[in-house]
Amino acid sequence: MSTSMTGKVAAGTADWLDSRTGIGYAVKGLARKIFPEHWSFMLGEIALYSFITLLVTGVFLTMFFVPSMNEVEYTGPWTALSGSQMSEAYASTLRLSFEVRGGLLMRQIHHWAALVFMAAIVTHMMRVFFTGAFRKPREVNWIIGFVLLTLGLAAGFSGYSLPDDVLSGNGLRIAEGITRAVPILGSYAAFFIFGGEFPGQDLIPRLFTVHILLVPGLILALVGLHLAFVFLHKHTQFPGSGRSNENVVGYPFFPIYVAKAGGFFFIVFGILALMGATMQINPIWNYGAYDPSPVSAGAQPDWYMLFLEGALRLMPGQAEVVFGDFTVPFNVIVPGMILPLLLLGPLAAYPFVESWVTGDRREHHLLDRPRNAPFRTAFGVSLLTAFVVLILAGSNDLLATHFRLSLNDITWTLRFAVFILPAVAFSVTKRVCLALQRKDRELVLHGHETGRIVRFASGEYVEVHRPLDEHERWLRVQHEPRRPLVIAPAADARGVRRPGYRADRMRQRVSELFFEDRVEPVTPAEYAAAQDHAHPALQAAHDEPAAIAAGARPEV
Amino acid sequence: MTSLAARRHDRRAPLVLLLLALALLGASYAALSPSRADAAPTAASGSDVEAGAKLFTANCATCHGRNATGTEGIAPSLVGVGAAAVDFQVGTGRMPMAMSGPQAPVKPVQFNQEQIAQLAAYVASLGPGPSVPTADQVDPAGGDAANGMAVFRTNCAMCHNAVGAGGALSQGKYAPNLWETSPTHIYEAMLTGPQAMPVFNDATLTSQEKRDVIAFLDLQGGTSPGGLDLGSLGPVSEGLWAWVVGLGLAIGAAVWIGAKSS
Amino acid sequence: MSTVEKYDENPATPARFTDPGVPEHHPRRGDLDPRQNKKSERIVLGLFALSTLGTLGFLVAYFALPVGGSPEGIARSNLALGLGLAFALLGIGTAAIHWSKALMNNHERVEQRHVMASPPAVREAAVANLTDGVKDSSISRRGLLKSALVGSVALFPLTIAVPLIGEVGENWNVGALKHTMWRKGLKLTVDPSGRAIKASELEIGSVVHVIPEGLEETPHPLDEKAKAVVLLLRLDPADIKSEQGEGWSYEGILAFSKICTHVGCPVALAEQNTHHLLCPCHQSTFDIADGARVIFGPAKRPLPQLPITVDDEGYLVAQADFAEPIGSSFWERLR
Repeated sequence: MSTSMTGKVAAGTADWLDSRTGIGYAVKGLARKIFPEHWSFMLGEIALYSFITLLVTGVFLTMFFVPSMNEVEYTGPWTALSGSQMSEAYASTLRLSFEVRGGLLMRQIHHWAALVFMAAIVTHMMRVFFTGAFRKPREVNWIIGFVLLTLGLAAGFSGYSLPDDVLSGNGLRIAEGITRAVPILGSYAAFFIFGGEFPGQDLIPRLFTVHILLVPGLILALVGLHLAFVFLHKHTQFPGSGRSNENVVGYPFFPIYVAKAGGFFFIVFGILALMGATMQINPIWNYGAYDPSPVSAGAQPDWYMLFLEGALRLMPGQAEVVFGDFTVPFNVIVPGMILPLLLLGPLAAYPFVESWVTGDRREHHLLDRPRNAPFRTAFGVSLLTAFVVLILAGSNDLLATHFRLSLNDITWTLRFAVFILPAVAFSVTKRVCLALQRKDRELVLHGHETGRIVRFASGEYVEVHRPLDEHERWLRVQHEPRRPLVIAPAADARGVRRPGYRADRMRQRVSELFFEDRVEPVTPAEYAAAQDHAHPALQAAHDEPAAIAAGARPEV
Repeated sequence: MTSLAARRHDRRAPLVLLLLALALLGASYAALSPSRADAAPTAASGSDVEAGAKLFTANCATCHGRNATGTEGIAPSLVGVGAAAVDFQVGTGRMPMAMSGPQAPVKPVQFNQEQIAQLAAYVASLGPGPSVPTADQVDPAGGDAANGMAVFRTNCAMCHNAVGAGGALSQGKYAPNLWETSPTHIYEAMLTGPQAMPVFNDATLTSQEKRDVIAFLDLQGGTSPGGLDLGSLGPVSEGLWAWVVGLGLAIGAAVWIGAKSS
Repeated sequence: MSTVEKYDENPATPARFTDPGVPEHHPRRGDLDPRQNKKSERIVLGLFALSTLGTLGFLVAYFALPVGGSPEGIARSNLALGLGLAFALLGIGTAAIHWSKALMNNHERVEQRHVMASPPAVREAAVANLTDGVKDSSISRRGLLKSALVGSVALFPLTIAVPLIGEVGENWNVGALKHTMWRKGLKLTVDPSGRAIKASELEIGSVVHVIPEGLEETPHPLDEKAKAVVLLLRLDPADIKSEQGEGWSYEGILAFSKICTHVGCPVALAEQNTHHLLCPCHQSTFDIADGARVIFGPAKRPLPQLPITVDDEGYLVAQADFAEPIGSSFWERLR
């Protein structure tokens, strides 16, 4: 026991707390909990720390922002807007940017943090997907993460619409147009959201409540649950020597990860501060207060909405249909509502699809190297490709001006690319994964190429290979081979067909799609066979340097 | 052996020789290259209009016709376009066009100011049209930037972007960046409606309103309050930088944190 | 030394390789060399000091640099405050990280995982507790009670939902979407100044952005403007191939709704030489000379044309409201 002053205070506090909460149990369990080390496990942290940055800077912004659409005249220092009519929301944002010290900094950090938050979520989601970290028992956490992604989109959209400027206002107009497109209820839904006709008086105050209360509240609750599950399930780990499905190899939470995670928070916040200090973002004073008449070239939403924007741009207009007196604008419904479901739905459902296909009911705590799950990796890359094509489509006018191309040509090319490129990406990625697995087999069976060529007395030339050490080899052979499902036969010994065969057969067909093309890991028997087939003189050649060092003369 | 000769094996010698050869080549090119194709005899006939007519015949008539009445499908008639149009098109290098088409990109200016004035005088003599604005009409100090922004965002921002950074039109056409354009040329472009740009005559956009737009544009392209303006292109470039700088630095830090220390 | 192991080809060969176990721990330079350790400590101290300098710099900038002036002044304050904040944060972050990497004990440890599912005994006890609870509640064989419970609980949210939904939509007058404030004799005026326009002011190639006369005096000007904005263009009459209505233009002067029929952005880009209108949001393109027909992009319907003429003073006026609802499509727009 320490006898210093701090020691006494700490002991006293601990006693006081524990006597009232029993917190000793938690401290005992959590303080030295082991977490594995890998940089890709920190992507989710980038999202978390950006979110905390958003909360901190956001509170500052709420002290100055006025969520009102009442018209006022501008009397501030920005010359180009002197005497203009604008909403109080817009005017308060200008005042915050130009007349509050640190106001522009907080606004810019806030907006950069929002962009990085979404980027980090997407990257983290990709890491979880490609390493198979969504498998049992983590399916619930995957769904929570997916909901967080959607909430992030809502937070971003409601947030950048708050200043009521021309750019975000046109985005709201588009949102109204998409809402109106819903059959039967569309116009009523639009009246519901906007409190009447567009733009109305109610929208900005409503978005404000959504943006600072409803969505952040939900995000905080779900993030808490998300992290609680990570602690409960313990973090997954990459395969390697000493790492199994039944253990965690790493470092204790206190002090290592308290320092690393705490330090990383400061670093992420610091990077965002650096960006807010040096890079201008969302200069609403250039766009002007919202008015339904003006619009600026380069009218796009923030990057995470660009896939929707791109879909809207690529869709041909002929798809609008009229049934009698009623109009169903499929040219808006398909890109605005159906396409997001088509792209995001499979992503959300994937853990359940994969577990159905493999029939695997075990817990998985050891991650997959992406090459060892070719179908899954190819599927993920293919979805990503579709998103990238749509993002490019959403930026088509900027591509046109920067690369001196025709806007119309770009649109036509991407209309085909959005179907062709994901299919090509799937095929190529799957082939690359299988090829990498074959390379791993080669490496295990025959070792590293050393570049040393040995010439024998007989005139034969052979390259010396250095075998893998046991750790290198273990990494490449530890994974279990994945084979298509084996199902019970259609009929029993007496020829009686069993019920449920059809469903099983369909499942088997799908699992063949996943796993028929495969490369299995090297087994000890194959390894032994490879050693036997190795050039007999090569063993001597391999041993030669040691032999020479020991004084023996080289064999002739 | 002289000290220079002794240096001939210096490892920098080839570099020096290369630089000398390039300099010689460049100088020869500059000296011997054919000068601009202006067949203007130096002020032989005296009047600006006549000089302009000679310039026109040599440089413009192939597309615009010998009497500037235009060629169907190639170039429009210049009767009534006025001196302002000529001063703009030729003064920004758009004319003579390398190839007929809906977009006339800015190129190095081919004529000097005197020749441009002569061409303008000739075209103005063909029929009444807008004239070159006075210095006072294009002086940004005389314009109200606030009114300029109101006019600009309604009439100009949709093609040229909210701050004049430029934007895309259909079929490969584009509205250019305005930050380097002179106030006179801005005025003339509004007045004459070049190529895809609409015509904003003095009835639809008064001379004062044009000066206000010039005052507004004069404020753009300089220091931005928030730092680097990233081209003033909006959310797409901001998203790109968020990924490259923001996520890039953060992932870099993560790799550093996760790496084994030696 | 050879690390090639020889496996015999005998039935005792295992089916799969075995885990070689956690690799040996390699000490860091700082663990072996106390001078290196001290150097690392000094680096950590230096980084914390950098953070303090950053904070001080921030405070100096806060008190010394004013805002509310020129863009340059605002940029200077933003940069100084931001750099101060960034260094204050990065200093702490990098110090903590370097400490954890260079000075903290970095021995790898192993912890065992436990199966997530509760053991069977616990599950049985849980089920038994629930069963006891159900018995105590005396809900079994009381079907009516169960239905009453479910029914009333399912209904009560109506007390919140009905006023919330009912009031949030204002007057629910969706019919207003089908009409604008344009009517016979209303002058076309310049947006935003409100100046009336004479037909003689427009020359071929002119484009004017238009709002109805008296817009600012309406109770909700922005709501009206969102439907009533119009684009006025003058073409050479010889170029006009078709119009949406007989006599709706005046001597080559055409007026069209500026609200895109795709999802409602202002269709503002007018290309004079091709007489196409381009919407910047999703690149719907309309041919003005051909009744604003869609020639490219995701819009389906042409922009509605506003029938115009001139009054006895020569000012451009509307003949009537648009013949169809403007803007994007909705279910009942043709009713």
